[in-house]
Formats: sequence, C-alpha cells, structure tokens
Amino acid sequence: MSVHEVELRELVPRVLSVLVRRGADFATAEDAVQEALIRALSAWGDELPADPTGWLITVAWRAFLDMTRSDAARRDRELRFDTEPPAGAIPSADDTLRLYFLCTHPDMPLTSAVALTLRAVGGLTTRQIARAYLVPERTMAQRISRAKRMVSRDGVDRPGDVRTVMRVLYLVFNEGYSGDVDLAAEAIRLTRQLAVLVADPEVHGLLALMLLHHARRRSRTRPDGSIVPLADQDRSQWDTALIAEGIDIAQAALARDQLGEYQAQAAIAALHADAPRVEETDWVQIVEWYDELLRFADTPIVRLNRAVAVGEADGALAGLAALAEVDQHVPRRDAVAAYLHEKNGDLELAARLYANAARNAPNLAERDHQTRQAARLNQHLQHHNSSFGRRDGK
Amino acid sequence: MAKYLLLKHYRGAPTPVNDVAMDQWRPDEVEAHIRFMNDFAARLEGSGEFIDSQALSPDGAWVRYDGEGRPPVTDGPFAETKDLIAGWMVIDVDRYERAIELAGELSAAPGAGGEPIHEWLEVRPFLTASPTVT
Repeated sequence: MSVHEVELRELVPRVLSVLVRRGADFATAEDAVQEALIRALSAWGDELPADPTGWLITVAWRAFLDMTRSDAARRDRELRFDTEPPAGAIPSADDTLRLYFLCTHPDMPLTSAVALTLRAVGGLTTRQIARAYLVPERTMAQRISRAKRMVSRDGVDRPGDVRTVMRVLYLVFNEGYSGDVDLAAEAIRLTRQLAVLVADPEVHGLLALMLLHHARRRSRTRPDGSIVPLADQDRSQWDTALIAEGIDIAQAALARDQLGEYQAQAAIAALHADAPRVEETDWVQIVEWYDELLRFADTPIVRLNRAVAVGEADGALAGLAALAEVDQHVPRRDAVAAYLHEKNGDLELAARLYANAARNAPNLAERDHQTRQAARLNQHLQHHNSSFGRRDGK
Repeated sequence: MAKYLLLKHYRGAPTPVNDVAMDQWRPDEVEAHIRFMNDFAARLEGSGEFIDSQALSPDGAWVRYDGEGRPPVTDGPFAETKDLIAGWMVIDVDRYERAIELAGELSAAPGAGGEPIHEWLEVRPFLTASPTVT
C-alpha cells in the first residue's frame, strides 16, 4: 500500500457526496469515484497534487459523465447532464453520515453492507476487499453491485440506523488482517470518522473497544500464528498510547450516563488493559461490568465470558456454577469448562474437555491451542501417575 | 502441470501405523507436528506447487430437497457414515509421480513419540479443463 493511499481514501466520502449532490445517482457516482481513485493511485506516484480533493472530484465527474453518456446512448437522456458541472452545495458532515447509512441498508445482507461500506466510505478497491475476504474478485464485484442496486431502488432518503453501522464496522474489525489491507485498522479509521459525526456514546464505546483490543494485537499471536491467551501475553508489547486513548474515550462516553453494550464491553477491555500484571486484574469489577452487559445483551457468549470472570473473582467452583447456566451448545463452552475444572484441580476431566474443545474448535489456531492444553495435562497426569508407581496409562 | 487433491480423513482411511489420538501426545510432539505441517505448506509455496489448503470441522449435516415450497430436509451427522473428510491440500505439479512423492512426505508428519504417523492420504487428480486442441 503506497504512502498516500490512506490519505487518498479519506477523501472518498467527500468526493462521492459532491457527485451525489450534483445530481448523480449513487450507484454510478460510486463507480466513478472508484475509477478516479484507481487513476489517482497510478497517476500520483509519490507526490500529491496541490488540491487532491479537487483533482478527484474533476476526474470522478468526468468519469461519471462518460459512464452516463454511454448509458444515455441507449436510453436517450444525454441532455440531463451538461459538461459544465452544476455548482452544488459543499458537502457537509451530514453527507458523509448519510453515506454510512446508505451502505448499511437494513434489508441488505451483512456481507454486502460490509463490502459496500469498505468501498463507498472506505475507498478500498474491489480487488483489495476481495483479497481481504479471500473471495474471487468477480464474486465481490457482484456482491457490491447488488448492494448498490438495492440502494438505488430504495432511494437515498430513508432514515439511517447507527446500530447497523456499528455492527458492520465491528464485523470488519473482527476480520483482522489478511491480504494487503489491515481491516482492523480500517474499521478503526471508519469508526473514528463516525464518532466525529455522531454524538451517540455507544459509537464512542465501540471506538474505545476497538482501540483497546487493537492495542494488544502484537502480543496475541506468536510469529508462527499460534494463540497466546490473555494471561500469558507479554504486556510490555501492548500499545500503551492506544490503551490510554481507549480508556479516555470509554470514560468520557460512560460519564454521559447512557450505558449500552459497546460501552460495557469497552469497560471490561479497559480493566484488562489497565492491569500491569495479570494478577492485578480487577476481576470483581469485571464481573460487575458483565452483569451490566447482560442487561443489554443477554447472550450465551456473554454468559460464557462472565463465567470465566466469576471463576477468577470468586473461585473455580463459583465459575462452574455460573457455567452450569450457560447453553450447552455455545461455541467454546468446553474450553471454558476445561479451564475451570483445571483450576478446580480435576485434571482428568479438564484434559478430556480440552480434547473436546479441540475437536469443536472453530479455527485451526484454536484447535492447535486446545490440543496443546490437553497434551500438557495428559503429560502431567502420566508423570504424576508413574511417580506413584501406577502405569495404568491413558 | 496437473492439479491433485490430497485428502485427509477423520474416518474412513485405513488405520495409520502410529495411531495415537493427538491429545495423548507430549506437548513437544504436538509442536513438532504443527511445525512440520506449516513448513510443508511453506515449502510447496516456495516451489510454486501450492494452491490451497483447508481444514474442515467434523460437524456437518446432510441436506436434501424436500419438494416445492418446503424447506430442505436436514439430518445427521450420521455416526455410521464411513467416510469423514478432515481437510485437503491442492497442489499443482509436473506429473503424477510428484503428487505421490509429496503425499508420501506429508504422511510422514511426526506424531506420538516423534515417529512418523504413516497416515493414509487420498490422492485424487482433478479432471482437466477441456482440450484447446482437438
């Protein structure tokens, strides 16, 4: 990715808004901006033009006229746009916000909303998005054009839903890193931009949550891709500047006294990030925040995570009691049960549960991790049994 | 060049020589196995023979059409299903012998006791694209 690419992409919502304000339809305008962006990437090299936004608007507008003219040749409406662009109002913050809402149409499948947001608001190319999600470029192009048809059909004036926008951005964040685009960083950039436009403290909660998770990224995996659990992470590798910023944003949001699920999750992440050593984690307060979180999002996953925190705050037996109330089918339940039983000293049961957790793991890194845990306990048990003269094996 | 699928099975392949469940291995044996698998894929990428590799969850369902206007029937997983695929690697190599050679190397991945597992892998040639010269 070139030095200027992110700067360049930051201009995209403005340029697109200008075209739409000049009367361009959203779908064609978006294609035109994409075209201008691709031209800019090859034309600009290492040096930005004096007025990059003006450059992009001019090139995008010309591309739009070309696209409309070739369309109009068929549909005979070439007089609709003259070569001289109408002045159009200067796009405001509301225009950018409207773009977020357009890209997250409530009837749109989430995968489409994600793709369209990354392109129309984020300024990523279809190829970059396709690579990041490991799907063929043609598939991604289809996904985007179907989403745009939906926007064009339903018009641009429907009210936006910031909850859907947040869900889409958090999905992008969780996709992490593959291809040449860092989706987590991109999600943070777009959430930062949204937080400027929207006063909702939940948006700030979401931004804080992302920053606090992102701050620990380097310590979360080893170079070979294997998982390092929170308790074993090298905290000196945590990004303290990001943590400080995340905590500040979370506190400012919480001070407004309109709690919601993202703020509660950010509070939990802040308590983890704030502990210089794992032993200093304030588990009692974390459990309290999980209880708050349950008011907004009573899901099996939240209850599962709460059981871990209860196990740390009040001991393994309390954790197991909390776990007993969690849906049997929630993913990773065996892994949590294994951890709590190990903590409670029941190593044989824990080893069996780690093996189950490996079998049901949702990805290879977790499967390997749980297999290692089972192997570690089984080795310990064999060693222990043989040192007592018993060799009844496994 | 010809593409081959190397298939790994949870169930249905003949029993390997070194048949011990992975959670019963020593931790360093687990590490050695994972490293071998990563290195193997990296080596094939380096030689320009690697296409794709994916692992599958053992969970799954059988699904079939149940008539107009009705939701599809789902069932299973069936415990009695003999064959259960665990994952695959797709390679693109010069000739059949090279595919066999690579599958043999992959089957030598270390297991319990640091000894090769001798796991049976299925090698399946892709049907080729239509001929351009007829």
